Amino acid sequence: MLAEYGPFFIQLGLAIVLAFAFLKGAALLGPSRPNRIKQMPYESGMDPIGTARTRYSVKFYLVAMIFIVFDVEVVFLYPWAASFERFLDAGVGLEVLGVVTIFVIILAVGLVYDIKKGGLEFD
Amino acid sequence: MDLTQSFSSLGADIIVSAPLVLTMVMGLVIVVLDAFRRNHVATPWIAALTLAFGLVMEITRIGAASGTAYYDLLRVGGMAAYVNALIFGSGLLTVILARPYLESIGHHIGEVYALILFASTGMIVLGTANSLITIFVGFETMSICLYILTGLVRTNQGATESALKYFLLGAFATGFLLYGIALMYGATGTMYLHEMQSAVGDHQTMFRSGVGLLLVGFLFKVSAVPFHMWTPDVYQGAPTPLVGYMSTASKSAAFASLILVLYLALPSTQWIGVVAVIALLTMVIGNVIALAQTNVKRMLAYSSIAHAGYILVGLAAGSPEGYSGALFYLLVYTVMNIGAFGVIALLEWDGTQGSEQSLDSLSGIGYKKPLLAWSMVFFMFGLAGFPPLGGFIGKVAVFGPAIHSGLTWLAIVGVLTSAVSAYYYLRVLVVFFMKESNPDVATDNITFSVPGMSAAVIVLCVIMLIVLGIVPTFLDVTASFFDGNMLATLP
Repeated sequence: MLAEYGPFFIQLGLAIVLAFAFLKGAALLGPSRPNRIKQMPYESGMDPIGTARTRYSVKFYLVAMIFIVFDVEVVFLYPWAASFERFLDAGVGLEVLGVVTIFVIILAVGLVYDIKKGGLEFD
Repeated sequence: MDLTQSFSSLGADIIVSAPLVLTMVMGLVIVVLDAFRRNHVATPWIAALTLAFGLVMEITRIGAASGTAYYDLLRVGGMAAYVNALIFGSGLLTVILARPYLESIGHHIGEVYALILFASTGMIVLGTANSLITIFVGFETMSICLYILTGLVRTNQGATESALKYFLLGAFATGFLLYGIALMYGATGTMYLHEMQSAVGDHQTMFRSGVGLLLVGFLFKVSAVPFHMWTPDVYQGAPTPLVGYMSTASKSAAFASLILVLYLALPSTQWIGVVAVIALLTMVIGNVIALAQTNVKRMLAYSSIAHAGYILVGLAAGSPEGYSGALFYLLVYTVMNIGAFGVIALLEWDGTQGSEQSLDSLSGIGYKKPLLAWSMVFFMFGLAGFPPLGGFIGKVAVFGPAIHSGLTWLAIVGVLTSAVSAYYYLRVLVVFFMKESNPDVATDNITFSVPGMSAAVIVLCVIMLIVLGIVPTFLDVTASFFDGNMLATLP
């Protein structure tokens, strides 16, 4: 039973090792010229000085929401891609592709709307 | 699983559900159109044409035999066509009423019409659902669009408050609904309504808990007591013509779905007691609190709570006559409420925002805007249930079956509370016609003119209300949906 999960644990281990390897590798190989601005928490983000209750742009939420939409899209596409071969074998590959295309088009309409309405413009 | 036949019926399904598919596609078209041509003049008319097409198509199919589409997920024809026609009709009248209103308050934005189309899509999916999954998908699609429409006037604090309230409470109700669906599925192992009763087996307790939670979700949507708290606030804050849409179309969809659940999944009579008590509370509390309201929209909100109670009386009867009476009442209620909110929306143009419009500010308006005021006479008498208007026949159609099912006490309370309701409905007319105009509110120099299209919609509602009261064939139509066994048509 547990042995069936072997590949999963191997992948988990690889992921952890790789993550640390990238972090450490970047620190070892990359140039390091720290200055005051670079060392601030949330570099390039909000200024961490002053009260936490300041007003900031609602665009952060827009980006987060758009991200979730496309994240969910990918989540839906994974099982579809994984079972696509079975649909091909059954001879309905074209139809299934059509259905998924409709799904992607609907989400693309959302993206077009978002861009045209200036949802991704920061000013 | 054999996949070769997966798409064999898709073409036929799309054809029988063409109004649903078209509404969704046109909603997307409006979204794209609005992205490139902001607030284009044609946007409301695209929406109106789509809804009109759906209305005509569904009306022609009311007589057709009921069937299912998309692997039994949705019902089509017969009762489903009737409910869809209600939703399309309500949406169409609302679009025509809302366009000049939204222009006058400076919120004429294209998205409104896309949202109305998407909400209609969700309502159709909910009102014709044959499976718990479809119920949930329709429920959410409808609700999310309505939350946005409620908070349309973002700059108005009251509107934002009511939208947030609606959203938080609605999300909570959705949680109940979803939990109920999970328990019902757990007890029966099926999502299809018509398979539930035979599949319950010895999981009765779990099934009943599930149905109870499911009912909470539905009763919230139809604003039945004790889940009615959101209604007055939301109706007060939202743009007035859109309130007409929310209060009629979403109720039609939720009640139709509830009827399908009760009729298909719970044919036993064990739920009569629960629904009867809720109906009693809803009628009494809705009507009594409405007596004390001075704000017009809040008064109409409590009135719509009371009407949900009357419709629940038909459901509590638990018989096909009761269900068909409730379906007929939904039609009458749609006509009356769209009309009443339409009149209030048009009268708002004297500069008083709808959310603050009190009855006093409308005193003496009957002589300045006779068409609107006289239409309001019909709507008020209809809502109070005076013969020969549709409201009277509707009440007969829901109270009669309740008496046949042995719920005489409930029918008596219903009639008594309708008598109480006459007080606050007729008070509107007293204020309109028998009071001097209030010097504090400058109704003397009203200059607004009523757009022809809006006036036509109001007059159409009046005519419909009279026709429904004197032509009895509509009741035969709703009764025919339950002729024979609706289950027999299922595979």
